[in-house]
Amino acid sequence: MPDRSLKLRGRVCAVLGDNIDTDIIYPGRYLNITDREKTAEHLFELAYPEIRLALQPGEFVVAGRNFGCGSSREQAAAALKYARAGAVIAASFARIFFRNEINLGLPAVVAPQAALACAAGDKLELDLAEGRICNLTRNEWIEAAPLDPRAVELLAAGGLIPYLKRKYAA
Amino acid sequence: MNMTLAEKILARASGRASVVPDEIVVAGVDLAMSHENADLARKSFLEIGVARVWDPSKIVIIFDHRVPAESEKTATTHKAIREFVAAQGIESFYDVGRGGICHQVLGENGHVRPGMVVVGTDSHMTTHGAFAAFSVGIGATEMAGVWTEGKLWFKVPSTVRILVEGEFLPWISAKDLILYIVGLVGADGADYRAVEFDGPAIRRLSIASRMVLTNLATEMGAKAAFTPVDETLLDYLRPRCAGQLERLAPDREARYERTIHLDAGAELREPQIACPHAVDQVKPLSLVGDVPVDQAVLGSCTNGRLEDLAAAAAVVAGRTVHPRTRFLVIPASQQIYREALRLGYLETLVAAGAMINPPGCGPCVGVHQGILAASETCVSSTNRNFLGRMGSKDSRVYLASPAVVAASAIAGKLAHPAAVVKEKEPCLIEV
Repeated sequence: MPDRSLKLRGRVCAVLGDNIDTDIIYPGRYLNITDREKTAEHLFELAYPEIRLALQPGEFVVAGRNFGCGSSREQAAAALKYARAGAVIAASFARIFFRNEINLGLPAVVAPQAALACAAGDKLELDLAEGRICNLTRNEWIEAAPLDPRAVELLAAGGLIPYLKRKYAA
Repeated sequence: MNMTLAEKILARASGRASVVPDEIVVAGVDLAMSHENADLARKSFLEIGVARVWDPSKIVIIFDHRVPAESEKTATTHKAIREFVAAQGIESFYDVGRGGICHQVLGENGHVRPGMVVVGTDSHMTTHGAFAAFSVGIGATEMAGVWTEGKLWFKVPSTVRILVEGEFLPWISAKDLILYIVGLVGADGADYRAVEFDGPAIRRLSIASRMVLTNLATEMGAKAAFTPVDETLLDYLRPRCAGQLERLAPDREARYERTIHLDAGAELREPQIACPHAVDQVKPLSLVGDVPVDQAVLGSCTNGRLEDLAAAAAVVAGRTVHPRTRFLVIPASQQIYREALRLGYLETLVAAGAMINPPGCGPCVGVHQGILAASETCVSSTNRNFLGRMGSKDSRVYLASPAVVAASAIAGKLAHPAAVVKEKEPCLIEV
């Protein structure tokens, strides 16, 4: 979870290709799991089970274009969040998945060259509000898009539920 | 004015005279649909802590992903949703045996009208652009927000226009057209964008066929998709909807990001097949090669409608499903089931050796009613062929039209309907 400064530091756990779909991230057979924390047990289960085993808290998953395409299943974003990923960085995201991540308070960062500009194990520093990524291992900047102010507001609140909880608490 | 359909609807819903692409607007929601994942939304809603949903008359809940309940866990989920629906006074609730697949049920019961802003916790919400609604998929937590506030923020999408002329050849359907288009533009070819389908070939299509186009638009990343408001649509909606129906159209000077021109007759010379494991891996049937099939599936929100069952019945009539193949048929709704019974399509299909599954998503989402084992191959009229989508990660799914699915069930391998039906080919089957 990013702090108020919306800056994150961590290592890259895995670099994936284009069109990583939601069935790859979270298989349909587990959609009747509605306890969000338990979704983490099935992250990337069919194609990349090793990522779930390797992922350390705060590490980043990096991918190519159209990450999260396919189903609207929120469990795909929840599985990444509750497996304790720090953020997903991709060349582009499928729109429902992008919103699901932000709504759950997990940063989704658009960076067109990210999959080419880092490798598993590289240490990155992300500035979500400014849209800047520094690959500390290679001492290189990676161009990224700044998050929409609306998304920044939701991430700073910890996601849509805490945001609305606060709004309607009065 | 110079607005596309998406821009017009979002401008009105957000109380503005006009909007332009990339602008962020907060739009009122006219209809909010969920299926079994209403349970996730329900949990988020309870966490937010608001007592009542914003407007129970604008919420529709339809069970379709796991009907009837395939496990005690699902039965418990169904029960929790039923109790929530009753407690919140949500009247539009389609329980097991009352509705069918959510997108078909919304359409055939007149829940969607031109100009509405519709959201739903399902990626194939784009389907409802066949009724000229701005209809988008959202996640469950976002739905809890809609239940709370009745509004949602949207980035106004730019619009891609796809104009189709020409005549479809025999055995070529809307499914072949949309698979061809997805293959052409790619899985993210319309990411974040709206798509408007129009042109003479589109205007000749039935509403059921237009729903195939708007449904599969999501497989090229579209946020929303539209087919035109014309007499065909108004004739479909009049007996189903109360109140005025708007003849919504894009402005003459509407600005499109891109316009794609296609000739259905010239470009679709044969059926199109999406090969494993991506919807944009599309080839004409003759280039796919010899593919024996263990299972053929006809159904889903994409292709489980009456004209699809009619096309399949016409192919299998008087023939027998190949011994190595299992043929599963899933009418998209209870209404379609009854009509298909009345018209004898199911009789014909069952006589050929098909198994009829209850209306619902069935094996399309890989949960029950026809899961694939390792190394098995399926030809399916559904919408996704992702790795492991319908079962084992070592199974393979080929997406095709209803007629190709039926022909493949008879041949025991991927087959052209014309090769199975050797007599004089029927043209379009009138429904």
